[in-house]
Amino acid sequence: MVVFDKPHALADVPMHYCPGCTHGIIHRLVAEVIDELGIEGKTIGIAPVGCSVFAYNYFNCDTIEAAHGRAPAVATGVKRSDPENHIVFTYQGDGDLASIGMAETVHAAARNENITVIFVNNAIYGMTGGQMAPTSLVGQVTQTSPYGRDPKLCGYPVRVCEMLAQLEGPEYLERVTVNNVKNIRRAKAAIKKAFQNQVDGKGFSLVEVVSSCPTNWGMTPQAALKWIDEAMLPYYPLGVYKDRSAEQEENK
Amino acid sequence: MSTREYLFSGFGGQGILFTGKFLAYKGLMEEKQVSWLPSYGPEMRGGTASCGVIISDEQVGSPIVSNPDVLIAMNLPSLDKYEDEVVSGGYVFADSSLIERKVKRDDLHVYYIPATRLASENGTPTLANMIILGKLLSVFGEDNEDDLRRALGKVISAKRADMLEVNLKAMQLGAAYQEEA
Amino acid sequence: MADKVLMKGNEAIAEAAIIAGCRHYFGYPITPQTEIAAYMAKRMPKIGGVFLQAESEIAAINMVYGVAATGKRVMTSSSSPGISLKSEGLSYLAGADLPSLVVNVQRGGPGLGGIQPSQADYFQATKGGGHGDFRMLVLAPSSVQEMAELTIKGFELADTYRMTAMVLADGTMGQMMEPVALDLEVKPAPEKPWATTGTKLAREHNIVNSLFLSPEELEKFNFDRYEKYRYIEENEAMYEEYLMDDADICVVAFGIAARVSKNAINEARKQGIKVGLIRPITLWPFPTAPFKKAITHVKNFISVELSMGQMIEDVRLATECKAPVALCNRAGGMIPSPEQVLAAIQEANKNGGAR
Repeated sequence: MVVFDKPHALADVPMHYCPGCTHGIIHRLVAEVIDELGIEGKTIGIAPVGCSVFAYNYFNCDTIEAAHGRAPAVATGVKRSDPENHIVFTYQGDGDLASIGMAETVHAAARNENITVIFVNNAIYGMTGGQMAPTSLVGQVTQTSPYGRDPKLCGYPVRVCEMLAQLEGPEYLERVTVNNVKNIRRAKAAIKKAFQNQVDGKGFSLVEVVSSCPTNWGMTPQAALKWIDEAMLPYYPLGVYKDRSAEQEENK
Repeated sequence: MSTREYLFSGFGGQGILFTGKFLAYKGLMEEKQVSWLPSYGPEMRGGTASCGVIISDEQVGSPIVSNPDVLIAMNLPSLDKYEDEVVSGGYVFADSSLIERKVKRDDLHVYYIPATRLASENGTPTLANMIILGKLLSVFGEDNEDDLRRALGKVISAKRADMLEVNLKAMQLGAAYQEEA
Repeated sequence: MADKVLMKGNEAIAEAAIIAGCRHYFGYPITPQTEIAAYMAKRMPKIGGVFLQAESEIAAINMVYGVAATGKRVMTSSSSPGISLKSEGLSYLAGADLPSLVVNVQRGGPGLGGIQPSQADYFQATKGGGHGDFRMLVLAPSSVQEMAELTIKGFELADTYRMTAMVLADGTMGQMMEPVALDLEVKPAPEKPWATTGTKLAREHNIVNSLFLSPEELEKFNFDRYEKYRYIEENEAMYEEYLMDDADICVVAFGIAARVSKNAINEARKQGIKVGLIRPITLWPFPTAPFKKAITHVKNFISVELSMGQMIEDVRLATECKAPVALCNRAGGMIPSPEQVLAAIQEANKNGGAR
């Protein structure tokens, strides 16, 4: 009896992620959802620039590598080339989505572009070796904030879900994390909803996954998961920030 | 005629570009080679508008009209700016309702038409451009009514077909205008 | 032949793109090309196509990248400063070997520059247009009819070679109206088995990508691409020759500059000066064949440009510096007059013997 198997949508190749990195978990959740919804054959994934740049190798669906920050614009093109037959998701980190690509993110959300965005927020630039991200916490030490992030010098971290929730456009915004089994289950439910919304034609659905980066945070994997609870979640509270369909249902 | 270059100039809103486009279409329908080139940019919005039209028996080279054979000046700044550029022996058609001075040069054929006043009196205050064009076409003997109708049909959408007769009438009004001695 | 209609150059480009089967347009307003966007906004919804005003030129070119990855004909258009913003996307399109059509209706620069016509993006268009080793097919229309024809040609070439084709026009070409016949033939698009349209679980997944961290692998991609470019240089150059058979003097000009030059050449011929014109229609590949022929009898070349002299470098390369090449130019949105070009021809004629 098989009790544990690799999702079909996840390619059978070794991943390059560091030990203890949560990208692997999130990739798996996305692949499980694609399997469960039976949409692999029509799904096109857009990979970012950042640690998950090689995501195009890790999913068995068609994939496109986008320029840094431009994944929502590329996804817009792919989706609109055949809205009935393309399921399109982007997989982006915090630097990609919330710094260089903020305009593309905000406007795809404002248009309620019918795409799914998986936003991995680990408060650091991982691929380039640990620089300050738009979501790095106040006081967080990184290569480019060696004395801790100083708001006087570089302002405050951006809360993406809260910000996008101010827009009329987006359908669904939720922040989850993957630092324990319970939270992983919640994260999967959110990711599934974000894909299902697209299948149902509801529009822009973004799941922010608060993630860890043990390597660049300079922590053991266990300590990093704990730091999510202690430092990240107080600033980035979990929860649903927008769910238009649910709100409409309630108001009926 | 082998090639004739026209320069239409006036305020934005006087129908300068439309007049030029109509003339270009008329040329096209008479199987001439034509080009139409507008001034563009912020000056279009409320400031000066101008466009150059070339009608030729041969292929049009440069579409830029620097030295027009015919200048249609719908306001004083246009006359001030372009009078000296008209080729010797060329033509000037000026809206004398808005331009008080006379053309200074004595080597040009000049027609003063109080087009804005005539347009108002005719109940079509926006058609001073077509009145002045009507005069121009009659001077050149190019005001055959069928030709005018056909070209108007190209620049006025079918939805606004009533405007065709109004424009035609304005041109005929211009053609019939005789300067007071 | 079908009835001719009077159209602005910008409108002719838009209509020709639709004729070519393009159903996806992404753009951002900028003078003097905004009529293309306005035309698409009006037409696309009526024919089941997509017009989308992007939040920036950067977003627009990346939307183009997305549609191009799915194999459909797609375009964007802009003017000089907007093309600079698109240059990132142009490089990615090249790196991923995606076909697309990009229109640049040039205006004076650098910086925000002005809005009047210019040809000062010649280097940008023909020498790369972004980071890395790559080429774009660059087509330079000289009439409204050519705005339409070269747009269709651009789509065809882009698909054939999996490259970006750029229509390099200028403010005059975009804004002027001329009669245009739109009964144009279009070659059907080739099969695109590389497109990312979903695996349907019937094939291995396709990846559209320009990232290759192994330098050996990346070098091979570059060498292969340049092999293709060499083939294009040999087979796709387009040009017009005008009164070149007996010419002592050869004017070289494209786009609006070629039209001004023709007026000057006709005048100079009346004065008995043996002058002709080579008009490159493709700027990349730059047509070298007419220069090889011309160099056997032409004593002086004149490059007429709306820039500080950019194409002149390609003229010198094509003539292998065997004859002097003079520059006759205006810049910043100004256009050389026929008189200025005529004066340059007369000057060259004076120096005629001094080879």
